[in-house]
Amino acid sequence: MAIMIEAEAPEAKKATVHQPVARIALIGNPNSGKTSLFNQLTGLNQKVGNFPGVTVDKKTGLSQLTPQLKAQIIDLPGSYSLYPKSLDERVIIDLLYDPTTNQRPDLVIVTADASNLKRNLLLFTQLADLRIPAVLALNMMDVAEAEGVKIDIDMLQRDLGVPVIPMNARKGVGIAALKIVVSQQLTATEASFFELPERLRPVVDQIKGRFKLNNDYLALHYAHQYKHLRFLSEDDRVWMAQLLEKQDFRSSTEQANETIARYVRINEVLLDVVRVEKAKEEEKFSNKLDQILTHRVYGYLIFMGLLFMVFQAVFAWASYPMDLIDEGIAALNGLIQANFSGPLINLLTEGVIAGLGGVLIFIPQIAILFAFIAILEETGYMARVTFMMDKIMRKFGLNGKSVVPLISGVACAVPAVMSARTIENWKDRMITIFVTPLMSCSARIPVYTVLIALVVPEVYYFGFMNLQGIVLMGLYLLGFVSAILSALLLKVVLKARERSYFIMEFPVYRMPRWKNVGLTIFEKSKTFVLEAGKIIVAVSIILWVLASYGPGDSFERAEERAVAEAEVKGLNETQTDNLISSYQLESSYAGQFGHAIEPAIRPLGYDWKIGIALLTSFAAREVFVGTISTIYSIGEEENVTTIKDKLMSEKDADGNPFFTPARSFSLLIFYAFAMQCISTLAIVRRETKSWTWPLAQLVYMTGLAYVSAFAVFQLMS
Amino acid sequence: MRNRTQKSQQQKSVRDLKIGESGEISSLNDPEMALKLLEMGCIPGAEVKLNSKAPFGDPVTIIVNDYTLSLRLDEAETILLK
Repeated sequence: MAIMIEAEAPEAKKATVHQPVARIALIGNPNSGKTSLFNQLTGLNQKVGNFPGVTVDKKTGLSQLTPQLKAQIIDLPGSYSLYPKSLDERVIIDLLYDPTTNQRPDLVIVTADASNLKRNLLLFTQLADLRIPAVLALNMMDVAEAEGVKIDIDMLQRDLGVPVIPMNARKGVGIAALKIVVSQQLTATEASFFELPERLRPVVDQIKGRFKLNNDYLALHYAHQYKHLRFLSEDDRVWMAQLLEKQDFRSSTEQANETIARYVRINEVLLDVVRVEKAKEEEKFSNKLDQILTHRVYGYLIFMGLLFMVFQAVFAWASYPMDLIDEGIAALNGLIQANFSGPLINLLTEGVIAGLGGVLIFIPQIAILFAFIAILEETGYMARVTFMMDKIMRKFGLNGKSVVPLISGVACAVPAVMSARTIENWKDRMITIFVTPLMSCSARIPVYTVLIALVVPEVYYFGFMNLQGIVLMGLYLLGFVSAILSALLLKVVLKARERSYFIMEFPVYRMPRWKNVGLTIFEKSKTFVLEAGKIIVAVSIILWVLASYGPGDSFERAEERAVAEAEVKGLNETQTDNLISSYQLESSYAGQFGHAIEPAIRPLGYDWKIGIALLTSFAAREVFVGTISTIYSIGEEENVTTIKDKLMSEKDADGNPFFTPARSFSLLIFYAFAMQCISTLAIVRRETKSWTWPLAQLVYMTGLAYVSAFAVFQLMS
Repeated sequence: MRNRTQKSQQQKSVRDLKIGESGEISSLNDPEMALKLLEMGCIPGAEVKLNSKAPFGDPVTIIVNDYTLSLRLDEAETILLK
């Protein structure tokens, strides 16, 4: 229910804002404080959508500029120039150049890091030459000041021809001034920062003629980027390709020449504007810290220690809120079932609410994990992790930046796959997304716990090493190793579309901005609930129907059979009810499915009962425990010891214990590898924009699970 | 490819710098990589200093225009020095 309300909220908001709203785009280099500025301008008034046709998140928010005037703020991906290097960055040119869109911003706010003005002005000069009305938000003035960088704001303003607002977005300094400036009618600058070389004149003139453009520089961008401009027709592209061929237009050389020319011009401008008075202290401090944090021994040890802490937090701290959610859902269901009855109520409680519970239960882990990731990213430490891990990861077809998704995968593959977005290179990113679900996620824990308790004795070595714990760790290691090896396999199979590069800014260490951390947690949890949640709930309902209904009068007959047997055995009321549920599940559609696939899973050591559990845990692995409880008529008590005792007493056809080590380990391996998570498939489809990847994952992982489980069962029995 | 390796053998690149050592950028010899490097501030004429190396010697960090960049050795190799 909560999901419906969430999904409708943005629509409702849109309807109430009728007066014309200024549309303002935020654009700037990565690490120029763009996100802080966005958060300051919009507060919690944000929403995340998609740019049309691409999976890049579009963050928009409303900002009250003056009591009369509201503006819609669009946060564009951080970029160093208007020549995009990644999919994310392409969104910028789509938004700025497309004449057909009504989303074009009326104004851009260019954020620039005042302590590093030269490089930050490159993007600004490109926007200026496009004659887009702009304001320069000169951010991080405090950092610049501390580094002894003095900027003559008036002179800069005159040279650039646009308003320049000195600010410190982290602390909110300058926000009021910025709001006042952007609320006025602004025109584009008159200043020009790049003179079109004569040799490009014919190309530019022809493009201007065909597309009726009046800006030379925009025409030049058409020439450079026509392959990626989605609003151009096929005819346009063919025409363009012929023109450029005829004129011998060398795109990358011209882009490089332009960039050099722009820097020459920027240097001229900055010569009188910026004065540096003393050497940097912060950089030195960062460097000293790096000698320890990226040290070949301490560096990895500290990283391992941090990982250990994160896992502790994700598992230990999250268990309290998770228990609360679990109990809350159970209490709610109990309350409803005590007061109402009927098939619809069953659908609501056992299908919808139980499914919803399955979604909400992950929020604590996702929130804690992303809190850590956000802090590590904010402080600049994550860049060091990437730096330390790159060489190792590269051997396996991955990238230093794959470390974050892989680690996050231990909590939940859904946010982990989302976090692979920072990887610019297509091949590296696809491999990372593909192998991340092999990391043992938290949904596997309940399955692991029950099965390990079943076959691994609780023995201690050296007084503190618990054998069950060692097996659990082994399963995590298995997940990691299989992910790495699968990556290696893909590295050979996949063809690279572009070269992999690693060039990135190495930020100085700084304190995290807690507001940004909080917003990241909020946003990631929300995305998970909305994106994965709807699918989990939908599939839970389908599976509930499959498990609650059977063909014809099979359910009545199952009940009669159970009641008769209960009388013979002299069972009490609860035991009888459990027996009825068990027999009904057997005769349901799900039960029939279990019987149908039994021949296929018998080589792995499974029977139809486990077949049912495999089906129901397709939506989410942890459902395994619930299904097993029902099918072995354990009742609703999902207590590990109760389940363990019951499963241990389960006998096979010959009267021997059914859950032998061979069967249990075969199941453990199956659950370690199999792709049994519809939410992950959904998010992979969203992130890769195709069904190919999720389907390949489904086939590969489930195939791997089948073969490995088969090998384990055959070898052990 | 052959041509490039020969050229870089003759001319010193950022790859050849020792930690703490500086040089002046003369040119970038890989057109694809060049644009990215240029945008990040590695302009011919700029001073570049090798700041540190990752534990296994690759990637490295360099300081150019007063800020730190990290890049792989084969990327550093494309930045030629005077």
